[in-house]
Amino acid sequence: MAYSEKVKDHYKNPRNVGEIENASGVGTVGNAKCGDIMRMYLDIDENTGIIKDCKFKTFGCGAAVATSSMATELVKGKTIEEALKVTNKAVMEALDGLPPVKVHCSLLAEQAIHSALWNYAEKKGIKIEGLEKPVNDVSELDDDDDEF
Amino acid sequence: MGKLIYMDNAATTFVDKRVLDAMIPYLSDKCFNPSSIYDGAQDVHEALDNARETIAKSLNASPREIYFTSCGTESDNWAIKGVAHANADKGKHLITSKIEHHAVLHTMKALEREGFEVTYLDVDSNGFVSLSELEKAIRPDTILVSIMYANNEIGTIEPIKEIGEICRKKGVYFHVDAVQAYAHVPIDVVAENIDMLSVSGHKFNAMKGTGFLYIKKGVKINTFMDGGAQERNKRAGTENVAGIVGMAKASEIAFAEMDKRIKHEIEIRDYMIDRILKEIPYSKLNGDRNKRLPNNLNIGFEFIEGESMLLALNDLGVYASSGSACTSGSLDPSHVLLAIGLPHEKAHGSLRLSISHETTMDDAKFVCDNLPKIVERLRSMSPLYEDFVKNK
Repeated sequence: MAYSEKVKDHYKNPRNVGEIENASGVGTVGNAKCGDIMRMYLDIDENTGIIKDCKFKTFGCGAAVATSSMATELVKGKTIEEALKVTNKAVMEALDGLPPVKVHCSLLAEQAIHSALWNYAEKKGIKIEGLEKPVNDVSELDDDDDEF
Repeated sequence: MGKLIYMDNAATTFVDKRVLDAMIPYLSDKCFNPSSIYDGAQDVHEALDNARETIAKSLNASPREIYFTSCGTESDNWAIKGVAHANADKGKHLITSKIEHHAVLHTMKALEREGFEVTYLDVDSNGFVSLSELEKAIRPDTILVSIMYANNEIGTIEPIKEIGEICRKKGVYFHVDAVQAYAHVPIDVVAENIDMLSVSGHKFNAMKGTGFLYIKKGVKINTFMDGGAQERNKRAGTENVAGIVGMAKASEIAFAEMDKRIKHEIEIRDYMIDRILKEIPYSKLNGDRNKRLPNNLNIGFEFIEGESMLLALNDLGVYASSGSACTSGSLDPSHVLLAIGLPHEKAHGSLRLSISHETTMDDAKFVCDNLPKIVERLRSMSPLYEDFVKNK
């Protein structure tokens, strides 16, 4: 199992680690059983719908840290609509790939963003087009990316 | 990066220079097949005999009771399957513990698929098998008990002599996986009532692909590999002569230096345990404080995950191991840490440092100086720690 240089860079120097006080949305996914828990904080401009800031905290392996870090980079400055397009595949591609056993980490990162957006929508009492209720346990998701 | 600090000796060890020197002739000038008749081959045969004698003596066994194998896993497979198949007419029940190596556990699972029944004994929070539970588990149809000498992850040394006494009293064979213990602590197969004992060469400075199984005279066990007459017709195949000679040399060195090594390793181990537990909050030693291998430390750090710790140590040139799922390729953390009662998140956050006689106090200090920073950094980015601090 080898990590790409980009993955190594992101777990050694993770971007956007931390919390956002009074965040627009916060989402936590994963569980300790499988060894990964991710929490995403979003600061969303109410008028423009642009994600002004995104921070994360992660309990997990190198890939879990790297995918969280990359996911925050990918959604920062984006609109909600654009952020929904940051899929696990996009996160993996941006990291130059992940070992097969670590693909679930990228799914978790995707779901962490969705979870924070879901929380934002609930607080605001709005519905975000194209956003489904995120799952906590990514092993429930169909995973056809094994050969990535 | 400075020099490499290798603290994963429970995974494998460096081949000792003296071992390599002893092996070289058998890969070049003395390459002959020990089963051949000419003088050169007889010299090679004699080297095998000497190796067998050296190893037998180290355990208080007879040379006829030492059978060379290719590794610890093979020895475990042979002992368990060989006895099960040879004694199935007497009974089809076997007993082991929940913290055995997979070489034992998966062998037991294979036997279950064949119709054998296996009892997996619980262990207490330090990893000890209960003697009374063992005694209760033995039935009239029990044929074998297999318990490891010392655990590979948490270093706990089991009460082997007492377990052996119970097995002897009940007339049940007793197999011991001593892969982590042999050549690290003294073992006496007679005094400790052991019928079979598995050993791997690369755990004590011999090369990979070497090992042996001690089989007490009179134990009813099947042949493991059919073929030539090697290993008293029980394990066919041309002997790995260089590997075997090297393993005997490594054994000879380890036993000659054992007292010194144990003293040195315990000094460093205890220094590290004391400092880490004192300097890092929410850390806990896994395994027993005293009845543990001299070279093993296993410490759990709450709120963080093992692999990220290993990666951070790797960046400092420190090689170590963890019970985290990420090191196993599955999502489940170590079965050993779960068996001693750790919840999943704590089992994921364990660090195993297995030192050696070559580990220096400077190495130990370097690791102890740097570990608190690593743990603090990982906790600062852990949602579990955030919740813990907020709820405090």
